[in-house]
Amino acid sequence: MVAAGLLGAVAGVVAMTGTAWSVALPGLLPLTGLEFDVDPLSGVFLAVGGAVAVAAGIFAVGATRHGLDRPGVQAALPAFIGSLLLVPAAGSIGTLLWCWELMALTSLVLVVAEHRERPAVASAGLWYAVMTHVGFVAIMVGMLVAAGPAEDGSFVAVRAGAADLSPAAASLAFLVCLAGFGSKAGMVPLHPWLPRAHPEAPSHVSALMSAAMVNLGVYGVVRVGIDLLGGGPSWWWVTVLVLGAVSAVYGILQAAVGSDLKRLLGYSTTENMGLVLVAVGACGMFAAGGDRALAGLALTAALLHLMTHAAFKTVLFLSAGSVLHATGSRDLDALGGLRSRMPVTTAAFGVGALSASALPPGAAFVSEWLLLQALIHGLPAPGVVPAVVLPLGVAAIALTAGLAVATFVKAFGIGFLGRPRSGAAAAATESGPAMLAGIGLAALACVALAVGPTVVLPTLADIAGGLVHAAPAVTGTVAIELVGVTGVLSPLLLVAASAVGTASVVGGVRLLARRRDRRRARLWDCGAGPLSARMEYTATSFAEPLQRVFDGVLASEQDVDVSHHRESRYLVAAVSYRRALPDRVERRLYTPLLHAMTTWGRVGRGLATGSVHRYLGYGFVTLCGLLALLVVTR
Amino acid sequence: MTALGVVGGVLQAAVVVGGAPLLLGLMRQVRARLEGRAGPGIGQPWRDLRKLLRKQSITPRGTTEVFRVAPVLLVAMTLVVAVVAPLVTTASAVPAVADLFVVVALLAHATVVIALAGLDSGTAFGGMGASREVTVLALVEPTALVAIFALSVPAGSTSLPAIVGTVLDDPQRLISPTSLLAAVALATVIVAETGRLPVDNPSTHLELTMIHEAMVLEYAGPDLALVELGSAMRLSVYLGLFTSLFVPWGIATTATPLALGVGVAALVVKVGVAGAVLAALEVFLAKLRLFRVPELLAGSFLLALLAVTTAYVLG
Repeated sequence: MVAAGLLGAVAGVVAMTGTAWSVALPGLLPLTGLEFDVDPLSGVFLAVGGAVAVAAGIFAVGATRHGLDRPGVQAALPAFIGSLLLVPAAGSIGTLLWCWELMALTSLVLVVAEHRERPAVASAGLWYAVMTHVGFVAIMVGMLVAAGPAEDGSFVAVRAGAADLSPAAASLAFLVCLAGFGSKAGMVPLHPWLPRAHPEAPSHVSALMSAAMVNLGVYGVVRVGIDLLGGGPSWWWVTVLVLGAVSAVYGILQAAVGSDLKRLLGYSTTENMGLVLVAVGACGMFAAGGDRALAGLALTAALLHLMTHAAFKTVLFLSAGSVLHATGSRDLDALGGLRSRMPVTTAAFGVGALSASALPPGAAFVSEWLLLQALIHGLPAPGVVPAVVLPLGVAAIALTAGLAVATFVKAFGIGFLGRPRSGAAAAATESGPAMLAGIGLAALACVALAVGPTVVLPTLADIAGGLVHAAPAVTGTVAIELVGVTGVLSPLLLVAASAVGTASVVGGVRLLARRRDRRRARLWDCGAGPLSARMEYTATSFAEPLQRVFDGVLASEQDVDVSHHRESRYLVAAVSYRRALPDRVERRLYTPLLHAMTTWGRVGRGLATGSVHRYLGYGFVTLCGLLALLVVTR
Repeated sequence: MTALGVVGGVLQAAVVVGGAPLLLGLMRQVRARLEGRAGPGIGQPWRDLRKLLRKQSITPRGTTEVFRVAPVLLVAMTLVVAVVAPLVTTASAVPAVADLFVVVALLAHATVVIALAGLDSGTAFGGMGASREVTVLALVEPTALVAIFALSVPAGSTSLPAIVGTVLDDPQRLISPTSLLAAVALATVIVAETGRLPVDNPSTHLELTMIHEAMVLEYAGPDLALVELGSAMRLSVYLGLFTSLFVPWGIATTATPLALGVGVAALVVKVGVAGAVLAALEVFLAKLRLFRVPELLAGSFLLALLAVTTAYVLG
């Protein structure tokens, strides 16, 4: 697994620098054959997927040693990683669909791996199986429409034939593909499978799914929309941008009020993919408006954010796996106080949380800064649509940034600091060296991307510029300098300045403070005796103000039951309080849909009674109907 | 990195660190006089800091490094902003960091470390303060970023020196609707971020209404001195940024001693006046209920959005 990941990462990096290669194996599979064609865009996704697979693979070694992974998982994991790396390398529609389906099936096996332990796993697996296959059908239909005028199914032919596609057919192909790929990227309203399936899988599988697999949804949108169909009209991309902004805000809002650590991370994936889609949408919109330089900048921001998201999401999911292994719980309300017992995991989660909350000097700050620069400089573009969409896009990103801070302060502060809220958290022990090595490797990647994004940025800018036919939008080694618009940011100097500032404050205090010794003392308990963990704020109480503020969107369900004493109604025996935060989109959209399907199924059952005579009758009536149709139309 | 920027950076750091407690003292004195009290004089915050520096820091049992490094990071992040932002001069010591987004995010980072310290203490007050502070932060961020967007449209850049330079070149921009709306929105942001009335009451010690004070209850001695100094510096830096963006006159554009002297004097006077006005207004305000604060912030967000729209419509 590690070797496969390493191979993928190296192949990706080589491809990113411009060395394209292709392989055709026409006889390997019937009908389509297999055709691989790696260009720089594929290279980015290969490199990211491979790097995530390396970290997750090392972690998996530790997980297997602790007996966490069953033989089924051990067998399916390499297949999953392989298919993950083959999807971006696919060079024809048939190959892409084969690899896509292989990826869906292997990941499904991994998601349902622990179905004996928890009943929720089976339900999550069902959701995932249905959604991923509906998505697959959508991608297949969209790609077939797109390939209509092409000679064969290879991407080269589709690209050449796209000019002969009618605008209506191209729009249909794009929208259907967007739905299919978007559901893989967790785009609202096609996201409900994601916060179910990602948390229920073993943690290193969650990391692979959340950090590498969802990227392929974005890959599909970019490949089909920008590369194969060559851009398309502005409204396609406004749709992408708006859906991305809605996903970002909705995802992070659900994460901000959630208390299940892995589910929270799953919703955060929806948020980050939303941000990437905002960037991709902005890129398409600028390109359609003729502003190629800005389009390149937006796409560069999208690719960098994909990379940083992969890095920090791997750290966060693997750390969550380490915590789950040590405490058996992923409920933040039952964690806390892990700092002294799991120092390495805590430090790594801290690095990941800093990156994810988009605060400087974190990794995601740089990519979000690039995205904001693209949106801000796009306002002078002609037309009313950018003038309406761009400020709202900035506002959505800003709200996302604020809520992300709240989410990760909660996840880190409640989950790892303070005092343990349960016996399991109090008895936690640090995970083994292999698991920690996987986590540490990903954390190092986070730090590297935060300090030196300029190492990868010029290459990403080259790739993005190549796709939208523009010069690279970003240059610079120490500082990131935008090309064509004014804007400069130096993550390296920012880190240096923060370090110098910290050192001077420490020096100043040493110089001025009269006494350097510190006294250990009891916490202030208002004179009421020792504090207990039950007096601490929990994740639920921490998020309560936000939940109240956004109650109009979240529609929480609260229930207070008061039971009285038998003797008198004035004496209360027990009060029970329940609060549930159902996913509102799921409740409003999918419940009626499922209900309608069930009703339809019941109607259908009335037609099929099991009587052979009746079935022969159906055949006869249908045949007569078809003949009558033939008579009328001819 | 120019000579003007480096000299300005050093001067700004000195003025902000030295002057922030005095600004706090001035605001308390104004408030005391308006309420008919004598007041302790504007040097009292410095006397408090001196007293705290003589005492001993406390490490409460069960807390981690987060609790210990948070005050240092609070001051350090604010210090970085004080050095790089154009307060005394238009040039920045580190131009590649003097971006309005970076500055706002660094100040938000300072809030976050204190919130984490509150959670690290593991007391009910610490958690309560952290929860409220982070809620306010999450709601303030959109307003701040959209207001920045509005201000950066005329300058064509989010770089602070560029924005201040644009205003100096064309002062008429200041009375444009964009600038006025953005000013009101940013003023609300500053009030919320620095924990002033009506969002938070800086002088309260009543548990149920506290936001900022609840998070730092466990600090003592030099740690507490850093927290107090950091909070005062935040207020000064925010007011300094506000005056540089909307009333930039007097700011040094050359590295001559006279220009720098005028720059320092102008900064002190402008921030002093802004602080006094803020303190005078606070006398007439009561603290809002916590769950009314989002309404105030939503209002300011709307103003910021209107500012962007007018920037587009009026060109």
